Amino acid sequence: MSEICCFKGHDLKFYWTINWVVILLGIFLLALTLLLFIFPKNKENQRCVVKIQVGDLSNKKEKIPTVLVFTEEDKYGLYSNLLFKYFLAEGVVCGHELFVASAKEHPDNILKELPAPLLDDTYRNELGEEATAVKSEDFQDSMKIAWRYQNLPKTEASPTSTKFGHYYDVSKTMPPELFQSRNWHSFYLPEELSLHPLPLHLPCKLTPARRAYTRLLQSIQRIIYQEGFDGSDPQKKQKNILRIGIQSLGSMLWGDDICSSDTPEDIHSLTKFLYVLRALLRKSLSACIITVPAHLIQNKAIMERVTNLSDMVVGLESFIGSERETNPLYKDYHGLVHVHQIPRLNSLICDVSDTKDLAFRLKRKLFTIERLHLPPDLSDTVSRTSKQDLAESAKLLSSGCGAMAIGKKHLDF
Amino acid sequence: ILTAAKERGQLIFLEGLKSCLDLLFGEEEQSGQPSPLQFLSEGASDLKALFDFVRTSLTPAGSDSWKGPVLLVDDLSVLLSLGAAPVAVLDFIHYCRVVVCSQLKGNIVVLVHSNEDSEDEENELVVNSLCHHSDLILWVEGLATGFCKDVHGQIKIIRRVSLELTAEKDLVQVYQYKIQDKNVTFFARGLSAAVL
Repeated sequence: MSEICCFKGHDLKFYWTINWVVILLGIFLLALTLLLFIFPKNKENQRCVVKIQVGDLSNKKEKIPTVLVFTEEDKYGLYSNLLFKYFLAEGVVCGHELFVASAKEHPDNILKELPAPLLDDTYRNELGEEATAVKSEDFQDSMKIAWRYQNLPKTEASPTSTKFGHYYDVSKTMPPELFQSRNWHSFYLPEELSLHPLPLHLPCKLTPARRAYTRLLQSIQRIIYQEGFDGSDPQKKQKNILRIGIQSLGSMLWGDDICSSDTPEDIHSLTKFLYVLRALLRKSLSACIITVPAHLIQNKAIMERVTNLSDMVVGLESFIGSERETNPLYKDYHGLVHVHQIPRLNSLICDVSDTKDLAFRLKRKLFTIERLHLPPDLSDTVSRTSKQDLAESAKLLSSGCGAMAIGKKHLDF
Repeated sequence: ILTAAKERGQLIFLEGLKSCLDLLFGEEEQSGQPSPLQFLSEGASDLKALFDFVRTSLTPAGSDSWKGPVLLVDDLSVLLSLGAAPVAVLDFIHYCRVVVCSQLKGNIVVLVHSNEDSEDEENELVVNSLCHHSDLILWVEGLATGFCKDVHGQIKIIRRVSLELTAEKDLVQVYQYKIQDKNVTFFARGLSAAVL
């Protein structure tokens, strides 16, 4: 609600001032406010979780929450890949150790393509906040038509003061010296399989997927043990966090047939892997992100089990090639974000935001996740029918995302 | 409280996540005793080792035995994910019932996941047959009308009076609940603080 109002204010501003400078400033501020309010708010999930871990390091008695973030890939894997790289880049910037596992792209290449951090962002943020403050003051004064919005509390402005993570420029890649200075480990499946042929004593009845997963688990376990992430070695000078990223788990390239057949040879290989991985994470200081081509997995029961086994599940739905691409409701966005599961850390309840409808868009330099809203109604001549169309599709959307569809029939209280 | 109970031997806790690590990455053959989660490594889908662990843990040793043991199973559904066949899971629960409920006069509390439009048939099979045998079912679900800030969901308490072969129907009570940071409040339908 308050969000829409905020936009209204800006739009009115557009009408009144013909001065181009002000318009440009307005556009800049709009972008900035989006960047400040919305982006950190929604990237929060991964970030804040890792932050919590850092905070908990000092308090050793507390149980340290470790998190398994699970991303359902969008159809062509574009945006999930980007999110994956964001996660790793944040690790590089925060000085965490990285572990990158992939069966498709060589981990070296993944690291080379991390987005470049905007390291002077603290300075920029301060500047931005000041400008926002000035701006909001002056549009408060000038609210003559939209006077009913004048006294609304500016609750949206408060989250800017707490900063989550860093900002990245997706148009550039990270300078190599930045990630080369960090300690990182890679796991490239074809390499691993050719370097170390299977020991003979292992039973050969193992499916290829099971073999690959076992190898990966052994590799992660070795690193956790050797580098002291399991906290077993208290003399280790400094505790660090291991960020694990696993790309396209469960796809054909991992030798898994859950994507190609409805009744796979070994239906439990992925869930078993996740369970053991969870155990490893629970024992150590690490966070893990996994991307999975969920739309390819034939047997939906697997996804249900996988959801139960992970702490956080986020689905990305890209509009590329879908009929929603041309829907006017989504014309500003590139896809939808579905949050399926949120972790509860040291509390009974998780932090639930008010809006469940999230959308993402990829700008030239920035990937943002925003609350989905109807675009501000700029023209005077918008016909009533098209407005209703929009409202209809908005309704359709909520039926897709939540259990709102049967709202009319039910009355719970 | 729980650690104190553990030290007194009142509580025996098998941490699945930890023991599976010991099984998969630990040293071979520590004590010659099979791990309760033996089925993980062998690929055999029988839960005999797990049941043996339950039986030896709950069998009273000497005079300091506690009356009426309770077996709590947090998430039977995970066993299915780990490759146990649904029939094996049901067998396990049946054996546990024989030992805990009939021989030791104790209780069993089991948590399972379920979803009305779930496509996981194996899991639904386990859930349905568990419901069939239970004396008391607590069914926790979200509101049918969707997310709400002040009411997080409802709990259906089903007392299986019909199991006692009287002509009565099962008793069903429905409460709504709201979860706070450290506790949960329950209230009758439509009596949430936000509505009143």
